[in-house]
Amino acid sequence: MAVTRRQFMKVSAAGLAASSVGALGFIGAGEGLAAGVRPFRLEKATETRNTCPYCAVACGVLVYSTTDGAKDAKPKVIHIEGDSDNPINRGTLCPRGAASLGFANSPNRLQYPMHRKPGSDKFERVTWDFAMERIAKLAKEDRDKNFVAKNRDGVTVNRWLTTGFFAGSSCSNEAGYLTYKAIRSTGILALEDQARI
Amino acid sequence: MTNSWNDIKNADVVLIMGGNAAEAHPCGFKWVTEAKANNGAKLIVVDPRFTRSAAVSDLYAPLRPGTDIAFLSGLMRYLLGNGKIHQEYVKAFTNAAYIIKEGFKFEDGLFAGYDESKKNYVDRSTWDYEFDEQGMAKVDETLQNPRCAINLLKAHVERYTPEMVERICGTPKDKFLKVCELIATTANGERSMTSLYALGWTQHTTGAQNIRSMAMIQLLLGNMGIPGGGVNALRGHSNVQGITDFALLSTSTPGYLVLPTEKETTYADYMKSRAFKPIRPGQTSFWQNYGKFFVSQQKSLFGAAATKDNDWAYDYLPKFDTAYDVLKMVDMMAGGQMNGLFCQGLNILMAAPNKAKVQAGLSKLKWMVIIDPLETETAHFWENHGEFHNADPKAIQTEVFQLPTTAYAEDEGSFTNSSRVIQWHWKAVDGPGESRSDIQIIADLHSRLRALYTKDGGAFPDAIVNTTWAYAKPAHPDPVELLKEINGYAVEDLPDPADPAKVMLKAGQLLPGFAVMRDDGKTSGACWIYTGVYTEAGNMSMRRDASDPTGLGIHPNWGFSWPANRRILYNRASADPAGKPWSERKKYISWNGSRWVGGDVPDYAPTMAPDKSVGPFIMNQEGTARLFARGAMPDGPFPEHYEPMDAYIANPLHPKVTTNPVVRVFAADAKSFGTPDKFPIVATSYRLAEHFHYWTKNVHDNAVLQPEMFVEMGERLAKAKGISNGDWVEVSSQRGMIKAKASVSKRFRPIMVDGKPCDVIGLPIHFGFIGLTRKSYPLNTLTPPVGDASTNTPEYKAFLVDVKKTTPPASQPATV
Repeated sequence: MAVTRRQFMKVSAAGLAASSVGALGFIGAGEGLAAGVRPFRLEKATETRNTCPYCAVACGVLVYSTTDGAKDAKPKVIHIEGDSDNPINRGTLCPRGAASLGFANSPNRLQYPMHRKPGSDKFERVTWDFAMERIAKLAKEDRDKNFVAKNRDGVTVNRWLTTGFFAGSSCSNEAGYLTYKAIRSTGILALEDQARI
Repeated sequence: MTNSWNDIKNADVVLIMGGNAAEAHPCGFKWVTEAKANNGAKLIVVDPRFTRSAAVSDLYAPLRPGTDIAFLSGLMRYLLGNGKIHQEYVKAFTNAAYIIKEGFKFEDGLFAGYDESKKNYVDRSTWDYEFDEQGMAKVDETLQNPRCAINLLKAHVERYTPEMVERICGTPKDKFLKVCELIATTANGERSMTSLYALGWTQHTTGAQNIRSMAMIQLLLGNMGIPGGGVNALRGHSNVQGITDFALLSTSTPGYLVLPTEKETTYADYMKSRAFKPIRPGQTSFWQNYGKFFVSQQKSLFGAAATKDNDWAYDYLPKFDTAYDVLKMVDMMAGGQMNGLFCQGLNILMAAPNKAKVQAGLSKLKWMVIIDPLETETAHFWENHGEFHNADPKAIQTEVFQLPTTAYAEDEGSFTNSSRVIQWHWKAVDGPGESRSDIQIIADLHSRLRALYTKDGGAFPDAIVNTTWAYAKPAHPDPVELLKEINGYAVEDLPDPADPAKVMLKAGQLLPGFAVMRDDGKTSGACWIYTGVYTEAGNMSMRRDASDPTGLGIHPNWGFSWPANRRILYNRASADPAGKPWSERKKYISWNGSRWVGGDVPDYAPTMAPDKSVGPFIMNQEGTARLFARGAMPDGPFPEHYEPMDAYIANPLHPKVTTNPVVRVFAADAKSFGTPDKFPIVATSYRLAEHFHYWTKNVHDNAVLQPEMFVEMGERLAKAKGISNGDWVEVSSQRGMIKAKASVSKRFRPIMVDGKPCDVIGLPIHFGFIGLTRKSYPLNTLTPPVGDASTNTPEYKAFLVDVKKTTPPASQPATV
């Protein structure tokens, strides 16, 4: 943990100079050789500790991100590998986790809010504000129309049954809790996650 | 998991049944390899298919899909009949000696109290103990009383002879007995067996009873609470454990509390059935603290608006009449009873059974909101994809929104893994395009609704406008703020119980653990089992100390394991009644004369002396674990074999009650089940090592590794149907038809059921009509819309089909 990749490169270069190459009389050649090697591509990358997004083994992964140096470029994930410090997976990853870079950068990642009008054969790009305002309006309309404050026996039940919510099971605990809080406060009972399916 | 991934290495026998860890959880399976290599463990795999887990096993036994209870009941019969149980453990730590009520019986496939017209056990009053005048359960320590739970269990499983197991499961008798013999070597406290299962056990109409059978076996063997033991659910999604803990479920609230029903009209009513008084002398009955957890949760949700006078905002919670699980939701949608739907990272068109019904349901919605990082079939359900998904956009009036979210590398927060370990992860980069985090999207939705209800009023605004939302940025709460809120605070100064003059915790300070929670509104805490994850000492889920002082794989300072950072549940049971370890090999937690010590957090009062005879199963009112479930399961206090709803044979044990008698079948689905005369082949679904659910078909490398849907079948069936490897095959069920390429393998062999060969085929779940993989027919076109009697988990793992050779699909329409 104390040795960064940059330090490791320096130590390697020194080691190279002092080892076989040096012993053969090529003093200084080792350092020259090390300097001539293409820089390790992760050397300038930022290393971030994360957890594999797929199954519940929750393998530790190291996410490496960098930019191409262009002024306005956003940092991009360029490499993902197993976290060898994580006692659960000890650095290993399966065929899914090892390829998870392709998930982060998948061409099928959604980029923008989209809207499909009734009867339409296409999605159209909209703004967040348009989407969220319309969703809130539709939700309120349905809730106000169909909310059941009391059941047939006059018991207060405060439930809303005409809208449902399927919750993501790869959301964080924090997102899950906030979702619970927001959704339960509306009276929705049709609430389900991926535990069964 | 009762134990942990790392703890698997301590096992002497590993049983993989109802799962396939080598392919579905490869990096967790490494601990099986570790157990085999360094602990001399033997691996047993019981599965209809010769999986890659089976390929590295020491002992493989096939069985027909959906017959696990027959197999496990036969195993129980073997253990009980041959004295291969851990006698002292069973006597002291289970309800073996408890006397069951007169009137409880099992006859012709039904337990006492069944009402044929209601298809339910309307009277479960006899599914209980005899009680004395003090309300204590009656016990016969000599086990002589024929109504002792263990004697009733013996009688119940007596029918499951090795011959009957072979007849129902198709497992050859000699293979079955070898499995029994190997498992029986752990009935002594010297050796342990771990049970690893996944959806292969849950996705049946008898799913919960499958798992209960194994829990009973592990109790008979004395394998609960000890290293290398336990009943271990290998869970699917990265945070499905956490999302379950937070009750994103119809009738639960966070921390395994229960949402009130409409029969419980007041908080006092609700608590009447939740007093959880001990039913054996001196027992802990930890759920006596239920009220503290519930009130603290209400304080987190509704803050100052939850007061003693308004029953802690009891009416802010919806009251349920019935469970609105996935199958019910789809039924309501298809019946035109739903208008709106949110899909947050859940591809329901692919994930729910009977795709035609789901499609009909989505088409009847007025609006649907997709919140997802990826393109999904659900978002495009209205689009025509030819024979893979035939739809007419003009006829579908559903308004659809697709909201892009960030994914794991693009936000921070905590995930809870299958071992209950909560690990924080950090953000590496921003998400693509205009994507936003789930937190931001939900916060935006809530803020807008709250503003609308504050301004315009509407139906019952109270709960919405009084939900606590005291975040620095209300439209974008910080995950750190949320984890603190989950952990809970002192709402007011809390006095020190030892010296009331002193303050133990000042108002606003984070709670150190759930033991300080109160039912008087002075503490908050959204999910009691998580309390301790974020204390005044910091965010425990961020801890990354990999040290393991005991060498048992406990890693106590890596993340935080709920509850109370405990890594093995029920670990008091690792010591005998006197507090001594059952063996030096399995030493874990023991009594040192003044307190319980060991490398883990004791699952017990830390200074409770063993001579107080408090049982180790402190969550139960009796302090012992239940071989007899009382009224806890809707389909019986003992497991019983019932055929899947697509029944392959009449139940040999009781032909008049072939399938689970309390399974819920919607009127619309009455004709949804297949019979073997039309559909003579048993099918099961499975997962591939190269794919995760419906996600990785959007990932290039995985799409290359496994590019398209296929149907795996054995050589005998392929030959009989004239099918060769790579041929196009039509698979049909009572629900629909798909086409897929044949993969003819030796991994499926005919199973001899009731003396006749039964062909089984396997279908991977992962493929659809969106993604980088080839367009495929979704598997769930075939599966039945029915679920487990206890949990309503759909029966994906055993259904009937027919197969025939066919022509390739027509044109491949353009992809998204």
